[in-house]
Amino acid sequence: MLPQPVIHVSAIRKTYGRTVAVDEVSFEVRQGEIFGLIGPNGAGKTTTMECVEGLRRPDGGTISVLGLDPARQVYALQDRIGVQLQEAQLQKRIKVREAVSLWASLYPKPVDGDRLLEQLGLTDKRNAWFMTLSGGQKQRLFIALALINDPELVFLDELTTGLDPQARRAIWELVRGIRSRGKTVFLTTHLMEEAERLCDRVAIIDHGRIIDIDTPEALVLRHCPERTVVVATDDQLGEERFRMIPQVESVTSHDGRFTIRGRGDELVTRVIQCLAEHRMQVTDFRTERSTLEDVFLKLTGHSIRN
Amino acid sequence: MLRGLWKLTWLEIKIFVREPLGVIGTVGVPVLVFVILGRIFSRRSVAASRGIPDMVTIDLPILASILMALSAVLSLVTIISIYREGGILKRLRATPLRPHTILAAHVLVKLAFTALTLAAMVVAGRRYSPAGINGPVISFGVALLFSTISIVSMGFLIASVVPTARFAQPIGTLILYPMLGLSGLFAPIESLPPILQAVARLLPLTYVVSLLRGIWRGEGWTHHTADVAALTLVFLVCTVVASRVFRWE
Repeated sequence: MLPQPVIHVSAIRKTYGRTVAVDEVSFEVRQGEIFGLIGPNGAGKTTTMECVEGLRRPDGGTISVLGLDPARQVYALQDRIGVQLQEAQLQKRIKVREAVSLWASLYPKPVDGDRLLEQLGLTDKRNAWFMTLSGGQKQRLFIALALINDPELVFLDELTTGLDPQARRAIWELVRGIRSRGKTVFLTTHLMEEAERLCDRVAIIDHGRIIDIDTPEALVLRHCPERTVVVATDDQLGEERFRMIPQVESVTSHDGRFTIRGRGDELVTRVIQCLAEHRMQVTDFRTERSTLEDVFLKLTGHSIRN
Repeated sequence: MLRGLWKLTWLEIKIFVREPLGVIGTVGVPVLVFVILGRIFSRRSVAASRGIPDMVTIDLPILASILMALSAVLSLVTIISIYREGGILKRLRATPLRPHTILAAHVLVKLAFTALTLAAMVVAGRRYSPAGINGPVISFGVALLFSTISIVSMGFLIASVVPTARFAQPIGTLILYPMLGLSGLFAPIESLPPILQAVARLLPLTYVVSLLRGIWRGEGWTHHTADVAALTLVFLVCTVVASRVFRWE
């Protein structure tokens, strides 16, 4: 049985003047998963998320979050959710511990702020002003503030934008940690690698519309089932032999490297069998599979990076 | 209802104090204006053996007090614009803090600093001004805080329309300071041309000056019900309009 949906969004729509920001968007987020809304900047990710959080009111459609209507019961909802907003700041000269203590005072059952800071590696920054924190530290503080009320559901909007790869990986680990504590995470990102590594399921959104929803693996398999195997060998007969494999669609060679393209997971096994059968000397072997990036390109006809 | 109000107010006071320039501008400038102008004018008048004029004993404390209120409001406008531009207002709003609690905290901070500045002026007046400081300080303080609240509501209206934080200070200055010229502080309203008199009667600062001057002279509040009513009206109108047009992001 599938876990219960904690977010249920049905055909929501939001327009700003003549611009349709969100167009008939529907999806569900299930208990305990990391769900990602992915798409380029301006696709409608933040607007959708802020409607779910109760910060914006959709023009049409219905939303239910933890059984509540965010448009009408936003205060009841806020006690049970944690929110990190895109590009938000705090007061320049607020201290880390002051922010945590203010937030803790606003909720009925806060967790221990000091322990939270310790878990997020901010203990030695307790007395630092917000303006002196690095990008990664600021985002970790925002995660702390989103977790201070021990929420059932956590919203993370473009959490790692602007961070260097190392800080980004550290944040991913923290987000997995949130899930392992039994919480549900709803995030947005325009980084396909982030979605692929972090999310249990993703919804691809472009121009305000949802294009497809599934696990990253299933999306890749559905839309970009092509597999590629690259083999480096001196064997002159390689090309001929690879072409004999039924799943193979094309073979190209360059400087003793053969690029074998075909469909289905079986392709790799067949290539290995072929190599063994003919006792070919192999100096390098690697397989490539399509990524969400390829899926996005195929579904929308444009790259996610503008 | 007001969950977090005191905590947020105290926090904003601490944050404000951490920026020394802001504190010097808010507390220091009005007190300095009061002391320095007081000494200059007293010396001249005494030298001409005319005694210390009303201008020093009455108008100068009023001027300094209005400067306090205006600089508090300008600082409020600036802070609100910076908070909006940085997404701070939006972040605070995505917590159980009610929108009016967030704004009320800032008003309380400004009132606290206005009261502190008035106290500093009284102390400085007793010590450094030859004219001393002679007036019902408590009653005057109440009148000043009441006037400040009324001007603060205009500040929220200004903060609603300024496009970016960079424009907040200049636009606020351009709107607020010219009002001072027609407020009756520098020239009696009755001496103005009729058209300017009509304009002056529409400006909130005119009523602020009338109220503060009256209370400082020792007149009763009952003499100034019209001023109090006008300032209450300004407060209500500005608050209602601002609550409709205020932008959080």
